[in-house]
Amino acid sequence: MSYPIKRLLVFPLVMLGVSVFVFISIRLVPGDAITAMLGTESGLLTPTQRDALRAYFGLDQNWFIQFWRWFAGVLQGDFGISTTYGKPVMTIIWQHFPLTLELAILSMLIALSIGIPAGIYAATHKDRPSDLIVRIVAMFGQSTPSFVVGLLLIYLLSVGFGVLPEMGTFVPITEDPLANLAQMILPAITLGTAFAAAVIRMSRSTMLDILQEDYVRTARSKGMSRRRVIWRHALPNALIPVITLSGVEFGYLLGGAVLVEQIFALPGLGRTVLDAILQRDYALVQGSVLFIAFNFMVVNLLVDLAYAALDPRIRFETK
Amino acid sequence: MSLLSVRNLKVGFGPRPEENQVVHGVSFDLDPGETLAIVGETGSGKSVTSMAVNRLVDYGGGRITGGSISYTRSDGASLDLASAAESELEQIRGREIGMIFQEPMTSLNPVMTIGAQIEEIFRLQQGLTRAEAREAACKALERVRIPDAARRLGYAPHQLSGGMLQRVMIAIALASNPRILIADEPTTALDVTIQAQIMGLLSQMKRETGTGMIFITHDIGLVAGIADRIMVMQDGKVVEQGPLDKILDNPQHPYTRHLLSAVPHFSDGKSVRSDKASADRVLKVEDLSVRFPVRTGLFRKHTGNIHAVERVSFELRAGETLGIVGESGSGKSTTARAILDLVKPTSGVTQVDRTRIGGTEKPTQMVFQNPNASLNPRLTVQSILAEPITAVGRRIDEEAITRMELLLSRVGLPADSLTRYPHEFSGGQRQRVCIARALMLKPSVLVLDEAVSALDVSVQAKVLDLLIDLQREFGLAYLFVTHDMAVVERIAHRIAVVYAGEIVEIGDARELLANPRHRYTRQLIEAVPSLERRRAEYSIDSRAMPSLVRPIGFTPEVEAWLGAGEDHFYRQEA
Repeated sequence: MSYPIKRLLVFPLVMLGVSVFVFISIRLVPGDAITAMLGTESGLLTPTQRDALRAYFGLDQNWFIQFWRWFAGVLQGDFGISTTYGKPVMTIIWQHFPLTLELAILSMLIALSIGIPAGIYAATHKDRPSDLIVRIVAMFGQSTPSFVVGLLLIYLLSVGFGVLPEMGTFVPITEDPLANLAQMILPAITLGTAFAAAVIRMSRSTMLDILQEDYVRTARSKGMSRRRVIWRHALPNALIPVITLSGVEFGYLLGGAVLVEQIFALPGLGRTVLDAILQRDYALVQGSVLFIAFNFMVVNLLVDLAYAALDPRIRFETK
Repeated sequence: MSLLSVRNLKVGFGPRPEENQVVHGVSFDLDPGETLAIVGETGSGKSVTSMAVNRLVDYGGGRITGGSISYTRSDGASLDLASAAESELEQIRGREIGMIFQEPMTSLNPVMTIGAQIEEIFRLQQGLTRAEAREAACKALERVRIPDAARRLGYAPHQLSGGMLQRVMIAIALASNPRILIADEPTTALDVTIQAQIMGLLSQMKRETGTGMIFITHDIGLVAGIADRIMVMQDGKVVEQGPLDKILDNPQHPYTRHLLSAVPHFSDGKSVRSDKASADRVLKVEDLSVRFPVRTGLFRKHTGNIHAVERVSFELRAGETLGIVGESGSGKSTTARAILDLVKPTSGVTQVDRTRIGGTEKPTQMVFQNPNASLNPRLTVQSILAEPITAVGRRIDEEAITRMELLLSRVGLPADSLTRYPHEFSGGQRQRVCIARALMLKPSVLVLDEAVSALDVSVQAKVLDLLIDLQREFGLAYLFVTHDMAVVERIAHRIAVVYAGEIVEIGDARELLANPRHRYTRQLIEAVPSLERRRAEYSIDSRAMPSLVRPIGFTPEVEAWLGAGEDHFYRQEA
């Protein structure tokens, strides 16, 4: 049986594990959904009313029954109703996920398009001043917190130069791609900076190792040009660790970037989950975490497929 | 006018190459169609010299600090490669100077197919279209006698054996019909039988193409079959060069004489040891089989077995060496490991006599091939020697230290070695540390797995002498695993030839080497290079060892033993 299909078979097991874990941990947090939902007004409820509400949301049952009801729903594609929004969980996730996905993709594009060439450049100019500069920049990029980068960018560009529009109401990409891009570019750069820095460091160090490999020497002995040796012979071998790193980073970004969404006032998945946790919106938390875990596994699967595409040793392996 | 004329070449490394020179003024010439062998031991500068010719040395951190490398191009123009620009060198490399390397397993790009790696030469250098390049690549593989060439083009390097990969490397190096071929230890990493195939192929290629060849090797015995001229290097200098026969028969420089005398000389059993082992049996192996399960599918279903070792039986006496010879993958190392309990035998019995030498807890010990990899670089020699003692739960007391000091002096290491680290020793000295470590617990059986294969020939000879001395002194029994017939001739009393997991011939060393009966034993002996076989024709036999993967429940037929002497038996051949 082929490797990706085997991986797909593991999906349900992981999903079940994640579900149980989230289900229990959110309930271990003190406070309950009714209080969080109604705020100070919940003090006005009589015990009878409170019980009625609990019964309405199914919170009066024991955890096993609650879990079973919810999980049976999930299996049928019904993730439940959010207590804060009063809408189906999936509807809310689909409202916020496109933005998060777009942000993640943009950040990764920025990271890879800067990171890989810069890493290769530094590796091929090892110990020269240009290499040193790239390494210093990468170190700053990786060690500066994203909210600092974000705030600096806002200050410099929006307030200082007035180049980019300030964040008003969010415009989805389907409505006005240009306005959307103008809104997304700063957060994407903010997230992409640290991501790019990590890619630079990873591609530089693997490239340095690969350039010392025997097969690179062989390629040179064949009279292949410097360019071809680097891009055709060395790079595909150096990409595997870079893809691993990018996969993990991208997977994290799909879970939403709370700080950056907050700074740029973007209604992404990160903020949605955060609010849901604060509101004890059990169904929404469970649904979104499950969704995020699923995405993470899909990304990992894609990473594995990318390995196989790059490296025949993995492709032909009969595990 | 010679094809290549190197004058007073100096190469240095690091940021200040002038101060860190490794090649000090080397001069030589190469004529068209001629083969020059550069011979020297590790660190002699032979590889650096050859890589300076196509300037690959630049990429290893080296720099040419003096001299000239004048190369005569096909149109008669002369070019100094020592000062040529990178763009000029890219035109020369591959097209006019091809190169093959020592490690075929790592010299091909693992993520590109064999075909892609050959085709790019034709497409980028000769401007062929994709289809034409494919056809040319197929022809190139056929030229190096790779069977089923068209299909192999789609293979990735890991799907081919070392011998096949080295042929692919030769195909790549010769793709553009270069005028010079540099072969840097092209057979060192290969089995003797495969080495013979590659040597045969190289001499055929040389005759067919008229390519000038620079053949780098540490094995002066190997060059007799292929070289026209020999250049001997030591410490970055040429100590002697001249025509093949003159250097081999009438060497002038003491170092050349030393190298020639150190060559493990294979002489068909004439130089087998004459001392006798005692009659005490210390090890008895009966019907030893080792099988590794092959698991496939989602549930790792057990679908077959690798029959690594198949019903192997032998005995070993105190003071005796049993040489186990065979090629890689034949099961010789697995046999050794099974005796040490490092792998679990599937069936069979190994009995070790524990009473003989003080009844130690670990009567068998092992010395491995690569001393660099088998010594922990962060431990002092004292800690290294202490490990076997602590492993059996004893304390490092006065007695243990005394034993360390005794063993160090026995293996010929200075007394202050205890406080030093492995990197402070040479390769040969490190192997001596490994031997001392193996002797710490006073074992009765020492398993030596290719213990001298990674050493330079002159060092190899000394370590073999040491092993023989130690054997006599302590009455040790050796199980000596090796692929090198000359080495086994010098150290073994008895020899077992292993092929495809089975012993195919076993017996008295002198008898067996002088009068080999099994086809495979004869093939092994024929493949041994020797100083006597000058410009020899090596036959190219591409037969590969059969696959050892068998279905579950498979019971291999074992052919009957035939006797060829009092202590000489071989398997009947089907």
